[in-house]
Amino acid sequence: MTGRRTVEVDGTAVAIEPGATILDACRAGGVDVPTLCYLETLTPANACRLCSVEVEGSRTLVPACSRIAEDGMVIRTATDRVRHARRMILEFLAVAVDLTTAPELLEAMAVYGADPSRYGTDDGSPRPDAVVDNDLYVRDLDKCVLCYRCVEACGDDAQHTYAITIADRGAAARVATEFDVALPDSACVFCGNCVAVCPTGALMVKTEFDMRVAGTWHEEAQTVTRTVCGYCGVGCNLDVHVQDGAIVKVTSPFDHDVTAGNLCIKGRFGWTHVRAGVDGA
Amino acid sequence: MAAATVDERRAVDRILGPPTTGWEGGERRRVDGHVATGGHAARARRHLLLPVLHALQDDIGGISDGALGYVCERLTIPPAEAYGVATFYGLLSVSEVSPTVIHLCDDIVCRTSGAKELFTALADAIGPEGSSDGTRTWHRSNCLGQCDAAPAAFVQEAGVGRRVVVRADLDRLAAGPIDGRDPAYAAIGDAVLTARFGAPDPADLDAYRAVGGYRGLRRALEVGPDAVIAIVEAAGLRGRGGAAFPTGRKWRAVADEEATERYVVCNADESEPGTFKDRMLMERDPFSVVEGLTIAGHATGATKGFIYVRGEYPDAEDRLRAAIAAAEAAGYLGDDVLGSGFPFRIEVRRGAGAYICGEETALFESIEGRRGEPRAKPPYPTTVGLFGRPTAVNNVETLAAAVAIVAEVPGAADTKLFCVSGDVDAAGVVEAPFGVTVRELLTVAGSSHPPQAVLFGGAAGRFLAPAEWDVPLGYGPPSPPMGSGAVVAFGPGVDMDDIVQRIAEFFRDESCGQCVPCREGTVRQDETLRRLVAGADERGLLDEIAQVMRDASICGLGQTAAEAVSSAIALGLVGGAR
Repeated sequence: MTGRRTVEVDGTAVAIEPGATILDACRAGGVDVPTLCYLETLTPANACRLCSVEVEGSRTLVPACSRIAEDGMVIRTATDRVRHARRMILEFLAVAVDLTTAPELLEAMAVYGADPSRYGTDDGSPRPDAVVDNDLYVRDLDKCVLCYRCVEACGDDAQHTYAITIADRGAAARVATEFDVALPDSACVFCGNCVAVCPTGALMVKTEFDMRVAGTWHEEAQTVTRTVCGYCGVGCNLDVHVQDGAIVKVTSPFDHDVTAGNLCIKGRFGWTHVRAGVDGA
Repeated sequence: MAAATVDERRAVDRILGPPTTGWEGGERRRVDGHVATGGHAARARRHLLLPVLHALQDDIGGISDGALGYVCERLTIPPAEAYGVATFYGLLSVSEVSPTVIHLCDDIVCRTSGAKELFTALADAIGPEGSSDGTRTWHRSNCLGQCDAAPAAFVQEAGVGRRVVVRADLDRLAAGPIDGRDPAYAAIGDAVLTARFGAPDPADLDAYRAVGGYRGLRRALEVGPDAVIAIVEAAGLRGRGGAAFPTGRKWRAVADEEATERYVVCNADESEPGTFKDRMLMERDPFSVVEGLTIAGHATGATKGFIYVRGEYPDAEDRLRAAIAAAEAAGYLGDDVLGSGFPFRIEVRRGAGAYICGEETALFESIEGRRGEPRAKPPYPTTVGLFGRPTAVNNVETLAAAVAIVAEVPGAADTKLFCVSGDVDAAGVVEAPFGVTVRELLTVAGSSHPPQAVLFGGAAGRFLAPAEWDVPLGYGPPSPPMGSGAVVAFGPGVDMDDIVQRIAEFFRDESCGQCVPCREGTVRQDETLRRLVAGADERGLLDEIAQVMRDASICGLGQTAAEAVSSAIALGLVGGAR
């Protein structure tokens, strides 16, 4: 079928292009749908289910991020059932992982009235420490919500390095290298594209991690300057995050048509020389 | 990373053949410096990953980093991905290499039939679960599908083979393969699916033909695919695996797809606790499964069929392989089935210890050499299935029933296998017409006292109120959902708190971990249920957990993971008199 389609989102007709997802339709209709594992630049993983909505005629809720909207679909995003699912998913995540560096999720928890305290107290089992096995980025599995974004960015969706995977299954599932070897011993090329897509700070560039530990990370005091990477001729846009006159992090905009948010090790991490001499190094 | 040992390479090469170039782990040749292998040709071999990992587990007793590295070289798979696959499956070990691994069932039937005592004995003999005495290690296992002869164990012996030990005790665990157990089955009314269960040699093709075998396929080839589908539709055959989808409609959907390649898959990954009918069919009547898949292939236009058989079913797998070989030799499979011009071949694939792989799309992922994580539906398998092609997936019993229906066996459309086990005198498969009641099934199996609880349809099924024991069983109300057709009876002495907790533990163990509602929900359900049993009123929270799992999980596992627990609470079976 070609031509535009019309769906109904919370009672309002929305016209969409063929191939558009329910999420696209909701956004086109100005309806906010929370997402976690979804990212525009990646294949939907269908894992978090936070974007679940009700579709008339469907026995279960439907993930908005991946389901293609069909002509005439009747979509409801604010029913008790939908709100319940989202609240429970947020509570489940908050009980299982540390969301302190995931402000969007904390905000969503307030919106949906999530109360993780009703699952009883912490069982006291040791939570994993952050893994610092290289100078460029840190993995804190206690903050990992298993959204699959990093695995996809490392693999088919961007980098094609395949250094990380989901290992084990069920509640034991975790992001890992082969035989859990340290990153420098794995296939990792330290592009940091996994860090760029991580929604919870489970992957963090080491400068940010160290500054957070030291209590000196002040995002509100940072400026972000867009420039073009000078290392080669590809033309990647860089967003240079600066605090107190020093570069603290480099990212790339997801909507940039050259990078789609991705960089290489040089663009993302090759800026420490900028302050050489200034800091007395 | 260590290099693979000679034995490890031999195990891998047993499946893949010797390496031909330096690129895949062989000798480096001069030309390798100029010509690389890779691309589509290499990626197309990804589906061999699980068979190769099985070979290592079978021959060596585990998968070392060196062995996995060699596998990855051979198949051009990133080591991390192969590690992710190997760690997904319960029967593959990357953490230990042990000559003998004993998986002792402690699921709902076995734990009321002596399994707990056996744990103590094993712990005394070998050490705590997971430890090794140098040659043996042991683990607790979810249901092994041997509930008719509980308690059961599944033993992997490196370089020797795999064996099932029923009515297990320490002596029988230590012994070699034990032959012969009488299949336990009975029929209420006409025996259709169980008619050949008493055959002296189930792998004897002539004997199969002598009692009507391959009449169905002959008729199918005569009347043509359209007519076969119409026959199956008219008979109202529904999937016997649990989802009860109309089989004819599924076949028609695949047949109607425009594709050059399509597949039929027999889902023989029977893992629902309390269920063993498919195993019995494969062990006692393997040709009916082979014939059924051939008919399905013919009806849908597929030329290749797969049987994905549970890894804990070595006898069923052997029987199927023997039956396929015999059928090929006699022209029932091959380039020109019975001279009709229809080419069809069947390949057996072995599961590796994951309940979730009974979910059809997880099963595809597993055959394709990936972690058994279900796919989002739609697209449905009839459109995008195995290797991205239209695929019809049918349960073992469904295929056997289809054979009988196409062969016009009287009563074929109106018969179902039930697995009756637990606190009964004679656990076994009971074949009965629709409309039979749970009470009648229990009567056939014999019981000196009425049970305090009956679980119907497996762990994904429901505990039935006594009034429901007299409801005629079928598809749709007033019958409770058929599920796998398992009927597990719990006698007056059984600790139901323990049983219901074990069911919650089962789902916690078997969740693939992909989606949040199921991965976290099954854990929270388990914990919250423990608090309820300990006296807290957690019914409200358990209801809420159940609802999000049912509403928002990707697949049927998460969607049904709270059914049994919820029904037990509703019936007051758990947590005292609350």
